[in-house]
Amino acid sequence: MIDIVPVAVEEDLVRVRQKVRQWAATYALSTLKTVKMQTAASELARNILVYAGTGTVFFSAIDGPRREFQIIFEDQGPGIADIEQALQDGYTTGSGMGIGLPGTKRLVDHFEIVSAPGQGTRVIIAMRI
Amino acid sequence: MSEWAEKVIGIFSNRRDDILRMWLESQQKNGYRGMYERIGERELYRQSNDLFEAMIDAAGQVGFASVRKPEWQAVADLVAEITAQRTRTGFSVMETVTYVFALKTVLIEILRQEQPDDIGCFVAEVVTITHALDEMALIATSAYVKTREEIILRQQQEMLDLSTPVIRVWDGILVLPLIGTLDSSRSQVITETLLQEIVSSNSDIAILDISGVPLVDTLVAQHILKTMAAARLMGAECIISGIRPEIAQTIVHLGVDLSQIKTKATLAGALKWAFDMRQLTVVHNAKR
Repeated sequence: MIDIVPVAVEEDLVRVRQKVRQWAATYALSTLKTVKMQTAASELARNILVYAGTGTVFFSAIDGPRREFQIIFEDQGPGIADIEQALQDGYTTGSGMGIGLPGTKRLVDHFEIVSAPGQGTRVIIAMRI
Repeated sequence: MSEWAEKVIGIFSNRRDDILRMWLESQQKNGYRGMYERIGERELYRQSNDLFEAMIDAAGQVGFASVRKPEWQAVADLVAEITAQRTRTGFSVMETVTYVFALKTVLIEILRQEQPDDIGCFVAEVVTITHALDEMALIATSAYVKTREEIILRQQQEMLDLSTPVIRVWDGILVLPLIGTLDSSRSQVITETLLQEIVSSNSDIAILDISGVPLVDTLVAQHILKTMAAARLMGAECIISGIRPEIAQTIVHLGVDLSQIKTKATLAGALKWAFDMRQLTVVHNAKR
């Protein structure tokens, strides 16, 4: 099963957070893991809104060595030139605190980012079930 | 208008009572439970009668084929009005639009009963009437959506007003119980209300209770920090209470620095701190 939530306006962030809660409940994730996943999703979905304008969020459960609840954030925005730099605490090109990306990475079990200028951005996060 | 079109309107005018009876019956039969209780039989009759009269009047002037002409405006207005009223009473879109479709079925049935000799003209008239009533159904649908949007907008506004109470718990001590998602527009309202209240109540301690905030991401943290900085500039000391264990851990992992800020796990703890600040003591009266 897969869930898709388009992100274009601020209200969509509420839907993203609600979806995370639904999925977390389905897989009986602990309250802490649920809040962490919700916070990470909120952070990344807002990044889509702020930097790319629109994008899509995909929810799924994947079977690997261990089962994981995975969320993918995809946009066709300007992309990130220096991913290393973007993952450093305190760095921002916007008006945020500059801890969204590195902070999000610390919240989840698995974090992956693929991006290049003009190529859009794709962030994958996952939490072990 | 063709001869047939005029004949059809004549038929409808003559059989007005039959049409209204059948229309109301079909609504009663196909209507959803509680529909009558919600509107009342007399009101339903009045609405149906008004709409039917307006429709025959408009059709008599320009025919069923010209629903977009200004003569039909009165009918469209009536449909929109009835729909809006029902929407506010809590009808679903199906329940609302079925009302118009039910009339279509009745009108066609009446024509059939008249046993027309010219089947070609009969079909042509049925098509025209169907088109006219479909148009009315569309008007009803958009009126439904519009009314719902109005309701949602009003509720949003109400929630915004509701969600930012500032409570004077003691002389000089304010409490802001924050509930729900803190988006940009809400934090703006919260900051403004707090600052105003600090001035008007001459308070120097503000407790921001976030027990009801589902999650604290960097933007929410930023909003809270800004609100506190503004309050501090106005001479009020701020303290955050109601940080749940999972929120605390998330904030730490996220890397938000709240070390410069006074925090307490519970509102009671924050209140105690506020009392201490004002050199107040709560005394247990043993005599009672």
